[in-house]
Amino acid sequence: MNRAPVLPALLAGLSLAAAGGLLAIGAEAQQQPTQAGWPQPVHNDPLLGYAVVNQNELRTGDGSSTYRWDAEGWYGDNLNSAWVKTEGNLDTGTSALDEAEAQLLYSRAVSTFFDLQAGVREDFAPGPARSWGAVGIEGLAPLYWNIGAFAFVSDSEHLGARLEGYYDLLLTQRLILQPQFELNVYSRNDPRREIGAGFSDLDTGLRLRYEIRRELAPYIGVTYENRYGHTAALTRGQGAPIEQVRLALGIRARL
Amino acid sequence: MTESSPPTDPRGLSRRRFVQGLAAGAAVATLSPQLGRAALNSAAARAGRYGLPELSGTRFDLVIGPARVDITAAGTPATLINGLLPGPLLRWREGDMLTLRVTNRLSTSASMHWHGIIVPTGMDGVPGISYAGIAPGQTFVYRFPVRQSGTFWYHSHTRFQLQTGAAGPLVIEPREPDPVNADRDYVVMLSDWSDEDPEQIFYHLKTAGDYYNYHRRTIADFFHDASTRGLGATLADRSAWGRMRMDPRDLRDVSGAQTGGTYTFLVNGQPPAANWTALFKPGERVRLRFINGSSMSYFDVRIPGLVMTVVAADGSNVEPVSVEELRIGVAETYDVIVVPRADAYTIFAQAMDRSGYARASLAVRPGLAAPIPSMDPIYSRTMVDMGMSMHGMASMAGMAGMPKEAGMPQMPGMAGMAGMRQGMSRPAPAMSPRARPNASGQIAYPQPQQVHLRLGPAVAHIAQHPTERLDRPGDGLNGNGRRVLTYDALVRRADGPQNGGFVTRDPDAEVLLHLTGNMERYILGFNGQTYDQSEPVRFPYGQRIMVTLINDTMMEHPIHLHGLFTELDNHRGRLRPLKHTISVKPGEKLHYFVNATEIGRWAYHCHLLYHMAAGMFTSAVIA
Repeated sequence: MNRAPVLPALLAGLSLAAAGGLLAIGAEAQQQPTQAGWPQPVHNDPLLGYAVVNQNELRTGDGSSTYRWDAEGWYGDNLNSAWVKTEGNLDTGTSALDEAEAQLLYSRAVSTFFDLQAGVREDFAPGPARSWGAVGIEGLAPLYWNIGAFAFVSDSEHLGARLEGYYDLLLTQRLILQPQFELNVYSRNDPRREIGAGFSDLDTGLRLRYEIRRELAPYIGVTYENRYGHTAALTRGQGAPIEQVRLALGIRARL
Repeated sequence: MTESSPPTDPRGLSRRRFVQGLAAGAAVATLSPQLGRAALNSAAARAGRYGLPELSGTRFDLVIGPARVDITAAGTPATLINGLLPGPLLRWREGDMLTLRVTNRLSTSASMHWHGIIVPTGMDGVPGISYAGIAPGQTFVYRFPVRQSGTFWYHSHTRFQLQTGAAGPLVIEPREPDPVNADRDYVVMLSDWSDEDPEQIFYHLKTAGDYYNYHRRTIADFFHDASTRGLGATLADRSAWGRMRMDPRDLRDVSGAQTGGTYTFLVNGQPPAANWTALFKPGERVRLRFINGSSMSYFDVRIPGLVMTVVAADGSNVEPVSVEELRIGVAETYDVIVVPRADAYTIFAQAMDRSGYARASLAVRPGLAAPIPSMDPIYSRTMVDMGMSMHGMASMAGMAGMPKEAGMPQMPGMAGMAGMRQGMSRPAPAMSPRARPNASGQIAYPQPQQVHLRLGPAVAHIAQHPTERLDRPGDGLNGNGRRVLTYDALVRRADGPQNGGFVTRDPDAEVLLHLTGNMERYILGFNGQTYDQSEPVRFPYGQRIMVTLINDTMMEHPIHLHGLFTELDNHRGRLRPLKHTISVKPGEKLHYFVNATEIGRWAYHCHLLYHMAAGMFTSAVIA
């Protein structure tokens, strides 16, 4: 039985309170007059939902074949939203989950291009499930890199961090080359989950997609995965490859 | 003023007559059974004096209702007025007392606003500001005297009904003889049509501001720039825009279907292929009343082979000025005189982002057409458009020192831009609350009150060096080899009918409004605030207010103040032009005057439909 992620939740709560406080300064309550029975002339802060499956692909090479997904979605208004993120790998040979996680986050717009996000992360595979508290930022960095930087605290006082990003390079208006990376680091060994202390793994890809519509873009790409340090040792112990270059075929989709 | 009975008068438009209306070149609408019973009272709609089906007199019955139209796809849902696209031309006469009964046959609330018309606040037709709107099945009766003349338009002010067709032209004939003579007189109403549900368009913009932009810079543009401008300059340029996280090709938020967007551009409800045609005899003076009734599209209008003499702007006469091209912002109107001598000409209105065009013809007989010109190249914004210093263009050195909070104005020397433009040095303005015109009629502006702007979720950028560029035609037109209209060239005509008095009085107060936004989140506003966060702008009754607008965004905004004319300060003294909608260029700072003579609360907003919806909307209270 997992312990409740009290510490992470506390951290997340504090961060958000601080952010909310900063935003409230100087934003004194202002109001346009209203009259009973009259509508607002505009509704400028609608509740909307959005979802995108950035990676939805079959990776093949080195005699292995994996289905990989990486998706996120949100529902909210201009400043506040609830996010769900999930990613994972399914071994198509064994139909087993090599890796699977999901996050549920509260997101607050704190600057022009960045949101502060905090919530929980649950790892389902490999090994037994582990719960994490998550806090980080997500947004559009200078030079149009979409960046996420997160820290995680597990229910067993493990610490983790992740940096991920992607960039869209327009070859034409519809043919887009997207470099992408995800780098993980952990504070402690967690052998049953094939995680070692230090830099654990890197997942990068270079994908060329064609946007038939904004919502639908088939792609072809090359992915490069590598494991480092103790994680590499653990993986090697499983008889699995440390470093892999594979071909990816997929369809990017969004709402 | 609300009545629950449906319009009872079934006189007027029969189905057959309606179809004749179509033949007259008005609309591509199919009647819904409900609209089939719609009454068109007073004069029945017919191809009238201005080339479109019109209603005239002092009593008008308008019905806003559902319809389906076949412009680019069969049976697209539309919101039409009296079943016509555009709505019937309303012909009014200055000095008349009007009664307009507007009935809502939609299943949702509706409204009708008379754009640029000076009316009592309760007759202005903005839901939530003038009244509650018109509930389904209800009729609202507008009554007001006509106190002006010229070319205007009317439209629904509810949500996105304007996008789906609820707009029509409005021509008010003056009591006094018009000094502008013409043998023929046509309304040319431009609009943007989409088969997409406008709620969907708004959703696309809210979730991805560049959804409709298929003009973004590609790797090919990079190599082209590198070969022509040098690799270093190109890298610096890409780095500057990349750091701002803005796209120099983000000219319009919603673009034409021709390049992957969604709009088809219409003239009087007709797509380019239908070629709406105005007839003339060679040598006649033809007046064309251009109305931009679009939701989001600016047009660059020209008639190859003809000089257009602009005689009115936003309904008020101006001294004739001859041009080969004019840019018409959303909600603006321009009247021009042309004297065609050949057999056929193309009226060519290319969308500002070059994603398509609206097209019509001037011809001696139906069926004739002149060649359609190709569209001009796509413009890329520069750092000047961002209100950045000219000197910082290459290196963007200015960005590094950009403060997180900017109390404007920061540069005392910027106050007298008019003088600077003419190469004269000008002392920092005095702290007097009043602006004093100098001998040449130019004004050294005082410091407006401080406005605190902060970069944040709603503000992506603050123009550090906004400049007045009324003498520039605008991005994509500057230096194109043609004579293009500028705001500078608009001089109010002193003879003939007048829509307002000539005021030379100094302003009593100033109001500074920054036009702000963040395209990544698609949040727009005034002074960094969306409507729901803002309080009204206050104009004390009886005062003359100087409004300063600074555009911190990278897009033109047509700013429309309801209820009052705005006197654009283009340094023409008492002959400043009267306008109702003023287009502010990116990185521009301009001034206008408002006489706070109409008590009430007035809508004050950007007339780009989705900018309005995203928060660039406030109200002005005159009390």
